[in-house]
Amino acid sequence: MKFAILVNEGPYTHQASDSAYQFAKAVLAKGHELYRVFFYHDGVNNASRLTVPPADDRHIVNRWSALAQEHGIDLVVCIAAAQRRGMLDENEMKRQGKDANNIAPGFRISGLGQLVEAGIQADRLVTFGD
Amino acid sequence: MLHIVNKSPTERNSLDSCLRLATKGSAVLLIEDAVYAATKGTAAAAKLQAAMADLKVYALAPDLNARGVAGRVLEGVNLVDYGGFVDLVAEHNTCQSWL
Repeated sequence: MKFAILVNEGPYTHQASDSAYQFAKAVLAKGHELYRVFFYHDGVNNASRLTVPPADDRHIVNRWSALAQEHGIDLVVCIAAAQRRGMLDENEMKRQGKDANNIAPGFRISGLGQLVEAGIQADRLVTFGD
Repeated sequence: MLHIVNKSPTERNSLDSCLRLATKGSAVLLIEDAVYAATKGTAAAAKLQAAMADLKVYALAPDLNARGVAGRVLEGVNLVDYGGFVDLVAEHNTCQSWL
């Protein structure tokens, strides 16, 4: 079965990012397909490669990146939510005339249409948030 | 339909809304702080037990364990792990997260 996940909460806030990640791992462990993880609202902060948690804490961002790398999961960050929160990839950095970018490997910035498409393509869309 | 509730009944009224609107035969999965609703001695316990006449109630065991309340779970609440969470989503045609 095809699953998609929507993450609406930032990392290290309550538990949504962790729940979504554990759920994503379980989806894959059960042999299902994970079509896409879409990050919206404060959820876009899950994609900051400048995140530096204490050494004894889980690294939520790197965990997502590793999931993308190991399983080829499509991690999509909402562009409007990202720009409001200072989240830019290299292209957006140039386009907006900024001097830095901060999107972690495995994530890509795109539009809300990617969430709609995930809802259409996947058999189930599960939302995690605040 | 699978209803997913993630906030404590003492913090939000999302569980109340869910129980009010969930139709007979639906399933309710309690995750994160909502697992407190599945424990004995809380204000939500009676409501949840009454709801179990019409609804199947599940709670995420890892979240109960993380909060140290796994030994106080109400009778009739079914415990699942993340794999069981995935199965519940797969078994029901639709799911609704009560954020």
